[in-house]
Amino acid sequence: MADMKADELGVSVARDPSMMTHAVPTKDWMDIEAVFKPGNYCYPAKTSIVEYLGKELPPGVMGPARDWDVESDDWKLPDNWKEIIIDGLRQRLDKFRSLKIFMDCCVRCGACADKCHFFLGTGDPKNMPVMRAELMRSVYRHEFTKAGKILGRIAGARPMTFKVLKDWFMYYYQCTECRRCSVFCPYGIDTAEITMMGRELLHLVAVNINWVLEPVSNSNRTGNHMGLQPHTLKENVEYLCDDIEEITGIKITPSWNRKGAEILFITPSADLFAEPGIYTCMGYLLLFEYLGLDYTWSTYASEGGNFGSFSTNELMKKLNGKMYAEAKRLGVKWILGGECGHMWRVVHQYMGTMTGPADFLEVPKSPITGTVFDNAASTKMTHISEFTADLIRHGKLKLDPSRNDHRTVTFHDSCNPARGMGLIEEPRYVLKHVVNKIHEMPENTTREKTFCCGSGTGLNTGEIMELRMRAGLPRANAVQYVHDKYGVNTLSCVCAIDRATLTALMGYWVPGVEVTGVSELVGNALIMDGEKEVRETGLRFEALAGSEGDANV
Amino acid sequence: MATIEHNGKTYNVDEDGFLTNGMEEWDDNWTDYVKALEGITEMTDEHNKIISILQEYYKKNGIAPMVRILSKTTGFPLKRIYELFPSGPGKGACKMAGLPKPTGCV
Repeated sequence: MADMKADELGVSVARDPSMMTHAVPTKDWMDIEAVFKPGNYCYPAKTSIVEYLGKELPPGVMGPARDWDVESDDWKLPDNWKEIIIDGLRQRLDKFRSLKIFMDCCVRCGACADKCHFFLGTGDPKNMPVMRAELMRSVYRHEFTKAGKILGRIAGARPMTFKVLKDWFMYYYQCTECRRCSVFCPYGIDTAEITMMGRELLHLVAVNINWVLEPVSNSNRTGNHMGLQPHTLKENVEYLCDDIEEITGIKITPSWNRKGAEILFITPSADLFAEPGIYTCMGYLLLFEYLGLDYTWSTYASEGGNFGSFSTNELMKKLNGKMYAEAKRLGVKWILGGECGHMWRVVHQYMGTMTGPADFLEVPKSPITGTVFDNAASTKMTHISEFTADLIRHGKLKLDPSRNDHRTVTFHDSCNPARGMGLIEEPRYVLKHVVNKIHEMPENTTREKTFCCGSGTGLNTGEIMELRMRAGLPRANAVQYVHDKYGVNTLSCVCAIDRATLTALMGYWVPGVEVTGVSELVGNALIMDGEKEVRETGLRFEALAGSEGDANV
Repeated sequence: MATIEHNGKTYNVDEDGFLTNGMEEWDDNWTDYVKALEGITEMTDEHNKIISILQEYYKKNGIAPMVRILSKTTGFPLKRIYELFPSGPGKGACKMAGLPKPTGCV
């Protein structure tokens, strides 16, 4: 459990054969059963939440709500649960051509095996991406291929049983859909999509986790994952504006739900609630004020994140649609998106065939530089790092990077923006102009090969802390390297889950490293018109280099 | 669903030991129960101030306050809040006050 000390856990990861079995496997993988015990599974969703979401969706998507115990051998499944799963798989094979291809085309070369942070951290063979997929392929072969039907196990086929279901629940929730494995796959098999399908099928029989479905339910009902109500959102931002005024001398009064604004700004709700995201939010507020941007916040579309994408296609679609419904209602021209991770994967890769192109909006055009973001011609949504990089490139921002001299920074490519939309150069370009001391982590751990924080896809919950620390070890290890070599004390990133989970990860493996969003560093460096003569602290009231109380002086 | 018994009264709790029905079930006896869990020897005015501010805020907002708002409203720096509730404002103080845990990217 989380009580294990970092040095002990490090030894365990390196020497112990497997977190699951604590032994080198001696049996065939099909014969090894998943064993649930405290710390290796997430709590199931509350009955009331499953009931509520069930009513919001087409019948059957959420399965029957009930109280069930993961550790017991009776999950209180519907009598025809196997039929539901197999029918569900059949429908999805027809609907998603990618799934059919991924089920058929793997040659089991093993290139993906040691690329997965969950495999590296747990040593569990079923966490090799090829095996994770095999958990579903075996059932696929048994039901849908001739060889599997006739030859059974010899052809790698097995029928759907409760044991298989347990495998699915164990290992589709030990995958963060980060897609690092797919970068190395010669066929480009996207294991994340297999995990997505696995989770979706599990939802059909109401096998799910609370840490995903409660945020989804909050977002659907209240507007955001946290469940922040309109007056609370507004008050939180006002509070951040008070802090900004104290630090910079600039008074900001942002607008909410304003019809006719040019731009709708959407970011994860954690940026309006939790540290260190709130400092990223202060960075956005300062930048928009500096530009005099004609933009509005929304209390209805007050969530960039889409935990729906961690559960089922229907919920992903619903939450994504909410942002665009609000853009339409307010009559804005386009949407500017904040530092969120999986929102961008959904917008960039799935929205086109889910909700369709947002034809009622205009192709994003920076009102400051005139740049047209053609890459967002279909989605009409531009990333804050692209937007900021373009401003810097046109010399539109007055910046003093020395105001970040108390920070020696490295950049963590957040999985979804990096691999899901190719956002790799823009945040680096921004960082280069707002920070003086930057050092990259080793090359196999950054850019499209970035290592996941270890807690994405709704696995950022407290009850699996050891698992999270194990899965995050490869990332932490790379940070440790630049921390020891260059004195890196700041890990910057462009994702709200990262901001929360890397903070816990650093606290455990690399104490002394703080986590920031890129926009926080922009906010620190930005020289505002009419600001205080001397900026005495950063946005988190931390001492700047050279100021009193700074240990480096 | 798990239950906890303290001084003859039974409470419904979730997996992390938070009150399932929140403040509806909350009473001084619950405070007394969490007090022992948190290793607090004596409840002081400072503890009570945090609890009542959390509950008041929750009634208005349906969620716990940002830590910085809690700090500002109570006048206690974060360090002091951790001294009062060793497992922190979320796991310690919110649990004692009968508030649920926040979820999402946190």
